[in-house]
Amino acid sequence: MNMLKIADRTFQSRLLLGTGKYPSFEIQKEAVEVSESEILTFAVRRMNIFEQSQPNFLEKLDLSRYTLLPNTAGAKTAEEAVRIAKLAKSSGLCDMIKVEVIGCDKSLLPDPVETLKASELLLEEGFIVLPYTSDDVVLAKRLEQLGVHGIMPGASPIGSGKGILNPLNLQFIIEQSSVPVIIDAGIGSPKDAAYAMELGADGVLLNTAVSNANDPVKMALAMKLAIEAGRFGYEAGRIIEKNYGVASSPMTGMITS
Amino acid sequence: MIIQLNGKRHELPQNIATVADLLEAFELKNRIVIVEINKEIIPKEQYLLPCLKDGDAVELIHFVGGG
Repeated sequence: MNMLKIADRTFQSRLLLGTGKYPSFEIQKEAVEVSESEILTFAVRRMNIFEQSQPNFLEKLDLSRYTLLPNTAGAKTAEEAVRIAKLAKSSGLCDMIKVEVIGCDKSLLPDPVETLKASELLLEEGFIVLPYTSDDVVLAKRLEQLGVHGIMPGASPIGSGKGILNPLNLQFIIEQSSVPVIIDAGIGSPKDAAYAMELGADGVLLNTAVSNANDPVKMALAMKLAIEAGRFGYEAGRIIEKNYGVASSPMTGMITS
Repeated sequence: MIIQLNGKRHELPQNIATVADLLEAFELKNRIVIVEINKEIIPKEQYLLPCLKDGDAVELIHFVGGG
């Protein structure tokens, strides 16, 4: 399988895994392990200093083994996203940022105008910028023209598990892009992940589909395999669909009476 | 002195004047923590400077699980 290239980095794995909402640290650790993901996403938040009893699973992972992709979740404006991104970068642990500026609290769909503004500002600051966007083809084009390092269109609303609702738009985005396209948000099951890869996506970013599965570790494995299968399928080139049957066995040498 | 610490009014004991003191008081010295005062990120080199002032808005930030 070809490698995933983002900016000047290369990755074996095309699965980017979120780190939220796992039932326990042990399960999260094993799921991350089994997924073979090399890029982990996480959020930037105030420390819970007044109630330190609450565990932070992320701190127990060996973060040095992974490329860290913090998000700007919680931001509603470009300004807030830039503040969060700078805080994350100042840790010295990462220079990539998933630009996530939510424009609608109910659907959690991104604000296209603020996402574009934030991406522009963060590129000027020298970040590796990966914006989470809707499946808007023109917005993806505009982001690419700004110089973002990848486009991350959602398959459906964050955490909805509805899978790929508009494969045509995703395909348009994939076809036009010269930067990696990572399908982010809305993946529900392995078939969605495989489908995204068969459409030609360069990667899939998911969280809830694994962390909230009955067995997150097994689902992490299923997603890894689905993404590999989908990618191999894409690279192999599928057959053209036909309306009628075409025999697989020879039409000559029939045994007749 | 009284500061706004992670959005809450918080009274600091007299002996806390630097970021290093503050992190020590909350047992955060060996954790991944980002410090912001009045929306300015404080570089680690400045943790030993007595920069805390009455009325400062101090944020102690870290990474949590997220997608």
